[in-house]
Formats: sequence, structure tokens, C-alpha cells
Amino acid sequence: MAGRHLLIVLMAVLTLPIVLLYAVLFAQSVSEEVVGVIPVNLTLSNWEFLRDGNIKVPGTTGQFYPNVYAVALNTLVLAITVALLELTFSSLAGYAISRYKFRGRGALLALALILHSFPGITLLIALFYVLNVMGLYDTLLGVIIIKVALDMPLDIWIMKGFFDGVSWDMEMSALVDGCSRLQAWWKVVMPNVRNGLMTVLIFGFLSGWSEFIYVLTFISSQDYWTFSMLVYALTTGEYSYINPGVTSAVAILYMVPVIAFFLFAQQYLLRIQITGKGIS
Amino acid sequence: MGGVHLLGGNREDRRGRRWSRRRYLAVFLAPSFALIAVFYLLPVILTVLISFTDMDYSFRWNWIGLENYLRMASDPIASKVLGNTLLYVFSTLALFNVGMALLISLVTVHIPERIGKGYRALWLLPRITPSTVYALLWLWAVRQDPTALINWLLSFLGMEPINWLHKYPWPIVIAVNGFVGASFGMIIFTAALKSIPTDYLMAARVDGASTLQVIRHVELPLIKWPLMFVTAYQTLSLLTSYEYILLVTNGGPGYYTTEVWALYSYHLAFAQYGGVVKFGYGAALATVLVILGLIFSIVYWRAFRFRELMVEPKIEV
Repeated sequence: MAGRHLLIVLMAVLTLPIVLLYAVLFAQSVSEEVVGVIPVNLTLSNWEFLRDGNIKVPGTTGQFYPNVYAVALNTLVLAITVALLELTFSSLAGYAISRYKFRGRGALLALALILHSFPGITLLIALFYVLNVMGLYDTLLGVIIIKVALDMPLDIWIMKGFFDGVSWDMEMSALVDGCSRLQAWWKVVMPNVRNGLMTVLIFGFLSGWSEFIYVLTFISSQDYWTFSMLVYALTTGEYSYINPGVTSAVAILYMVPVIAFFLFAQQYLLRIQITGKGIS
Repeated sequence: MGGVHLLGGNREDRRGRRWSRRRYLAVFLAPSFALIAVFYLLPVILTVLISFTDMDYSFRWNWIGLENYLRMASDPIASKVLGNTLLYVFSTLALFNVGMALLISLVTVHIPERIGKGYRALWLLPRITPSTVYALLWLWAVRQDPTALINWLLSFLGMEPINWLHKYPWPIVIAVNGFVGASFGMIIFTAALKSIPTDYLMAARVDGASTLQVIRHVELPLIKWPLMFVTAYQTLSLLTSYEYILLVTNGGPGYYTTEVWALYSYHLAFAQYGGVVKFGYGAALATVLVILGLIFSIVYWRAFRFRELMVEPKIEV
């Protein structure tokens, strides 16, 4: 049908800017210069920093940015810790809310829902105060705790939804057979919400991995820099356009897990949006 | 206790179980809700309290009543920023978060699923790309250099290279946010459109309706609620978002050209070059957003029947 082809072309035109933006990134990382999206003089020299992790600050004689591998390790620690804590806490709370009747249940659920309307980035000043009082300013732990706390309401709602979908029968027979509540939760219910757990895990990992504002605001020493800060440093200031090739290479390195999830775990990413935010 | 107790037993047993039930509830709920209380609920309350002080880096609680709010009312920057915020929120919402999202969903459900899915996946890419990288892609694309993406493309139409960020900061800011924002509505709308029974569409077809007529008279009316939900939800998201603006223009170029409300609050507190850090005034601006958040959550509650999501479990062990 001609109309259908027209629609496909229309979508191609609408989507083209996205494709071009990323094409420039990849072209720049493997060439000396890029004209539009066309790489000129292919080279791998932009990736040389991978050898020892050192990137020189342009315009200086011997100054270096924090070592790329140290930065990668910080980012990994942040992302994995955030993901595992969110997974553990939300699967515990989601289960209790899905399965128990108790006083204050409605209030807790409502609290989680209402808090979700206050994005953390509007609470920066108060969070800054809390972190300082608790001695957590300028620590990765401080950023981790804040990320987990702010993602928690959404995670609880996601996990509650998945637990609601698990049938009672299996759990009942486990309890009748003498399992404790915790054993039943771990052995019988948890294997049945694997999709939910994957969703929270991937979502938590990506949210920790990409975090920028909290690292920018709550971390001051370069020892705790994550990839977002390194990319930010490479692209701000007067030297930002001196070496786009190296910056592109670092940015692509930063995007490796994102691309992996994009290619192999898309069904989870889509589910996040639907179960999580799109409660409609 | 209520509920159906499926495991009977004598009174002794039951009391024991009630105790262990409490212990279990504590184990299940304490970690997450303790975190939420200290690092989410408390900051909401502190934001409001700090807004009644002139707190700076010394963290002293010096109460000054409503002074910050009076100042807000007479601050010429605040009124400029308010105008910017409305421009930013409603153009991005209309053009991308709802407009583009609806267009993508409608088009991609009317083409073969494999192709439609591919397009929707590409639109998801900006959302899951780290903000610093995504902003960087745009910064490169809008440069003044004739080899930069936009100037290079337009050179085929014979246009001279220009510095897009200085000439057209608002269209750039809206596009940067819009290409991220469209995917939320896209996913919700697509799910809603796919759940329309094919009988309806068939019936309309049999009656001789064209694709456009099907969209206008069958599909759009049936996704009215998702449309309203996305509009309400994304209005609040946009009102409180500033990360991409911070990265792309940081409120510039020039005098608060693209500064929005949430970013102004951020700048007052954390980026006063050579000036005094104004946590108090910044918190007052943030409090306005907190109140808006509260109003919106009431709207969700009422209009979108969130209460139904909270039904209690029917059986209890």
C-alpha cells in the first residue's frame, strides 16, 4: 500500500536527527576530523588513552584528568551498589505491601506515590544539608544512598505490581509444608518475579551509571569522579573543542553498558516505562 | 487482624505468629522506608523550612519569615525566569512530549510491527544515553563551524554557517529536551493503541473509513485518558527538569536567556560565582515546585483513580 510506504518514510525523516547525532559520535572517535557525518583520515589514535588511562588536559603541559580506569571503577561501584540495594530493598517492601494487610499500608503506598511527584533534583539544597550533617558530603556512599532513596518509591511500586501477579497457591503450599515466611518469599515467590527483578536491576544500574547532577553537586574531590563528571569536564571550559576525537572515544566507552542493555534488554527498558511511570 | 486466616491453631500459636508477623513486616519494610524517611521525606520538609531562613554555607538557621517570598515577588530575574519556564514547558510539551509522541505512536502502529518497533527503539536511545553524552552530541551539532552537523546539512541548501546556540537558543533547548521527552508518551500511547480491539478498527474499515478517519474517530477518542495522563505527568516533569538545560546552555547565552525556575534555584544555591550562596532563597524557589508537585499528585489521585491501585490483598496467611 502506497500510504504505508509514505508513513515509513515520514518516520525515517523524523528519526533521522537521532541517527545523525550518534553517527557523528562514532565517526569522530575513529578519525582525525569529521565533516558533517563523514570521517576524514581514519585513525585509532583517539583510543590511545586506553593504554594507561591518562588523558592530558588540553592547553597544559603536564596536567591530567583523573585516570579513566579509576573513573570507570567509581562509576561501576556506584551503579552496581545502587542496583543491588534497590533490588533488595524494593523486593522486600514490595512483597510485604502486596501480601500483608497492616495498619498504615495505604499511607505508605500513598507516601511513595506522592513523593514520586517531587523529583530529587528540586530537593538538592535540603539533600546537601542532610549529607553535610551526616558527614556524607564528598563521598560515593552519600550519592549512592541518595540515589537509592529517591528511586525507591518507584521501585516499590514496580515490585508490588509484579508480586500482585504471582498466584497464592504455590506460596500457600510452601507455608503448609513448613517454610517460614522469609523462606517462602525467597524460594517460591522471588523466582516468579524474575522479570520485575531484572527491571529494577537494569533500571537501577543505568540510573547509577548515568548519574550526573548529584555527583556534580555532592562530590568535590576528583578521586570520586564518575564518567559523567569526566565527560562534563572534557566538554566544558575554553578547551572543549580541541580534542573531540578523544572526548568521543571516552563517551563511547561510557556508553558501552547502555548500548548493551539497549541491544539485549529492550523489553525490560520498555516495561520500566509502562509499569513504573505509566500507571494509566 | 481481618483477612482469612488459613493456618488455624490455638491461641498460643496465634499470638506467637502475630509476633513473628510484626518482625517479618519490620524486616520487609524497614530498610526502604527508613531510607525514604531520611533522604526523601525529610528533605521535602527541610526545603520548606530552609525557605524561611537566610541560610548560607555556614548552615545557620536564621529565621527571616516570609522575606524570601517577598523578594521572589519583586525579583525581576524571577519574573523573567517564570516566563522562560512557561515557554519551555508548554512548547516542549506540545511539540514533543505529547505532539511528537502521539505522531510516532500513530504512525508506528500503522506500519509493519518489525519496522515500527525499530523506530520506537531508536527514539528510546536519547532517554537511556547518559545526559552528559547526549548533551555533548547536541553541543557538537549546533556549533558555528561549517563542518558541524546542522551547518553542514544546511550548506546543501546554500545557507551560511551560524552559531545556533547564540542565534536560536530556545529552539535548541526545546529540541534537546524534546527528543528525550517524546519517548515517554510514545510508549504509553503505543501500548494504549495496541490494546484497542481490532474489531473496532475492522468495523470502521468495513464502513469505508480511511486511515485518517480511523485515527480521528476511533483511535484518538479511545486513548483520551492516556493522553490526559501523559499531559499532566509530563507537565510536572518539565517544570522540575533542568539537567539538559544546565548542560547545553547553563541558562545562557547572555542574561538569563534560557534560565528556568528549577535551574535558577540551583544556581542560587550552588553556582554563585564570587557571590554569596543563597540556600534560603533557592529553597523558597524550590518550595514553589514542591507545592506544584503536591497539587499534581492530588490531580493524579483524583483524575486517574490511583486509589484503585492500592486495593488491599484479599487473602492473608
